[in-house]
Amino acid sequence: MNQSKKEIPAGEPLVWLTSMGLVIGVTMVLYLLWIITVNGVTVFWPKPVYEIQLKEDSTEHVGGAKNFFGVITMEREKLSAEISGEGNDSTQEYQFFTGNKDLYDFMYKFISKEQVEKMHKPEEVLVGERLEYGSALFLPVRLELPEGKMIEKSDGNFMATLQKYLKEGNHRREEFTSIEKKDIGKINAEMEKIRIRGLALEKEHGEKAEELPVFSKLMKRQEALEKEYIVLEEEAGKLREKQEEVLLVYHTAAGEENTLPVAHFTDIYAPNQFGMSDKAGFFVRKFWAFLSENPREANMEGGIFPAIFGTFVMTVLMSIAVMPFGVVAAIYLREYAKQGFMVRSVRIAVNNLAGVPSIVFGVFGLGFFVYLMGGTIDSIFFKDRLLDNTPTFGTGGILWASLTLALMTVPVVVVATEEALASVPRGVREASLACGASKWQTIQRIVLPASAPGILTGLILAMARGAGEVAPLMLVGVVKLAPDLPLDMMAPFLHMERKFMHLGFHIYDLGFQSPDSEAAKPMVFATTFLLILLVVVMNLFAILIRNHLRKKYSSAVF
Amino acid sequence: METMEEPPPAKSPDTQAQPSPDTTNEEPKASPPYIRVQDYCFWYGENQVLFDLNLDVQEKKVTALIGPSGCGKSTLLRNFNRMNDLVDDIRHKGDITIAGNSIYDPAVEIISLRKRVGMVFQKYNPFPKSIYENVIFSLRVAGRRNKAELDETVERSLKKAALWEEVKDRLHESALGLSGGQMQRLCIARAIANQPEILLMDEPCSALDPIATGKIEDLIDELRDQFTIIIVTHNMQQATRISDNTAFFYLGELIEYGETQQIFTNPKIKQTEDYVTGRFG
Repeated sequence: MNQSKKEIPAGEPLVWLTSMGLVIGVTMVLYLLWIITVNGVTVFWPKPVYEIQLKEDSTEHVGGAKNFFGVITMEREKLSAEISGEGNDSTQEYQFFTGNKDLYDFMYKFISKEQVEKMHKPEEVLVGERLEYGSALFLPVRLELPEGKMIEKSDGNFMATLQKYLKEGNHRREEFTSIEKKDIGKINAEMEKIRIRGLALEKEHGEKAEELPVFSKLMKRQEALEKEYIVLEEEAGKLREKQEEVLLVYHTAAGEENTLPVAHFTDIYAPNQFGMSDKAGFFVRKFWAFLSENPREANMEGGIFPAIFGTFVMTVLMSIAVMPFGVVAAIYLREYAKQGFMVRSVRIAVNNLAGVPSIVFGVFGLGFFVYLMGGTIDSIFFKDRLLDNTPTFGTGGILWASLTLALMTVPVVVVATEEALASVPRGVREASLACGASKWQTIQRIVLPASAPGILTGLILAMARGAGEVAPLMLVGVVKLAPDLPLDMMAPFLHMERKFMHLGFHIYDLGFQSPDSEAAKPMVFATTFLLILLVVVMNLFAILIRNHLRKKYSSAVF
Repeated sequence: METMEEPPPAKSPDTQAQPSPDTTNEEPKASPPYIRVQDYCFWYGENQVLFDLNLDVQEKKVTALIGPSGCGKSTLLRNFNRMNDLVDDIRHKGDITIAGNSIYDPAVEIISLRKRVGMVFQKYNPFPKSIYENVIFSLRVAGRRNKAELDETVERSLKKAALWEEVKDRLHESALGLSGGQMQRLCIARAIANQPEILLMDEPCSALDPIATGKIEDLIDELRDQFTIIIVTHNMQQATRISDNTAFFYLGELIEYGETQQIFTNPKIKQTEDYVTGRFG
């Protein structure tokens, strides 16, 4: 008798296939996140700087010399299929970050491993992040102060003095940037308004315009503003001049000397001297700078704060636009409309809307929102500016971008809301009506609060979809580099007509449109990491709200 | 058409339960019919479910509607406060009047009808709100906001529903944390909060255990002097325990209607007798 044979229920052995599918899916997601995190986050972790000595007979050279400072950014098998068969070194190559783009014309270089004679880590080598041409890898020589004073490298407090002037330079830069952006910016904005008004008056009254009293008032104001402008410009100019006073003389590994004002550096540090806590501190500082600073140098250096901010503001505006619209539409479809052919068609149309390619929404947004609505608004409210050929709302901006994306995510919200409304049990609705409530009161007091978790799920899905789309935005308001943020301290605080920067577009721009793609690669990964982080944080926030609502309103009865 | 009876006028305790509307001389005047169903027919779509009903419900009495499943008693009950209006494609003929006014009168707002006729459902359905908010829901939708009035209503209704002692310390906690019997009593409190004249109960105890059922039945007993109660029930013992008058329905028709005592001890129609003695149903 076969006692060991158990009865296996039909189909059970194939259950492992479903778990297999899940495992594969989860693994792929984790792998993707891992790649992005590793590549994105290690950008900020300080790496050691080597002095690389190439072989005497090597065909390679850096800046005409055979030795240079470099950071190993990659090791890999050579892409070309030459294998000389002499051991591993000839088939592998390093990618070095050499810095000093102003001296070498490049920042990254691939060098075959066999060309390298030796590498060692000099203690004293410095990395200097600059306003132009990226970072420099160098050994300092001396500081040249105004009035001919000099501080040599050998001097005991050389590094301390260098850091002091570096800090001063950074502060001064903040100061004149603030003067230029805020104060001069305000004057410019007002002068612009005056100019437009003048143009409008001239158009209206022709030659006679100059005789109008209001015209002379405008002219007087303009003169006063111009005087202010000159004063501020002088102030900023003086500060800028002062930046050029303290000079740093340094040389590369090969001995090539260069002189730069200290104020052209934003940060100078010696990575080979970092202990563990120094490295951690450095990492946090760099990451924070990435998040909070403005970009430099064609978006390849500096931070991406405007892109983070723009993405965030746009997603919030989009959510504000889509929620009422989608929820009300769903309430009408499910609760009030007579269920028949019309309602079914509308529902099918809404569902199909979810399948339309996003770029089509971009084109629609451009035609309808930007040209039609924006143009109409401009011709009614901003006629004067149109005279100058600067459309206000008749061009892309954050308002139109948010509305376009809201339109794109409406189907998601409608479907989720309908499901949530349908799942409110009938008994509770009947009880409400039996208490003398009208249909709307029932919806408002009982049905909507009970479906709130489901509606929020719709919002989460909408936000996730909207925050990640790039194609439609390119047509309706995203730019590579925006001069201002859409939300700032000048009234009316939220500038709906401004163009903005966006993380998704930034990734595309960096990856495909930048002049130096190797230099941009770390930024691409870091920005991708940040975009994922931003979407996850927003989703987490919405999930927390939903969980709170679930606990509050869950109907345990059914 | 089956014979049907006017409910006998209020009797003095020593007379036997003999239906004879004409032989009363020393009893007080018959109480006027409070809810009158006249030649009432009802259709769901093409399907007729109630056939020529004629019924007078007495004021401030408990009237039980009994009968096998599908006989139309719940349908009739739900028509008293026009809950069936929620269903598409319904039709009726004949009339239902409360104190002389037809409930189908276009001048009558359904909402105000439902304020006068409260309802308790088979499966308790408290709102996912606090106990306090549940009880005063009908007042809130009527726009009453005076806190003192609301507080007083909550206490009065919960006391009448015999729930006050158990929940008075947790009025602002979720109603969903109560037991089944407590939730049904809460639903009763909610139904009587706005002081309706009529209380409809659709098998209120069918989802409850015997102890909770007993509590609800005691409650109905206490409420009988203040409200006109119409209760649909499957449980014939329950009908005998709590109701004054009973109506027996079968397949959409009213077979017999009379004082509960008489229906159960001395039914006039054979079908009634078969049902109450358990031979079918």
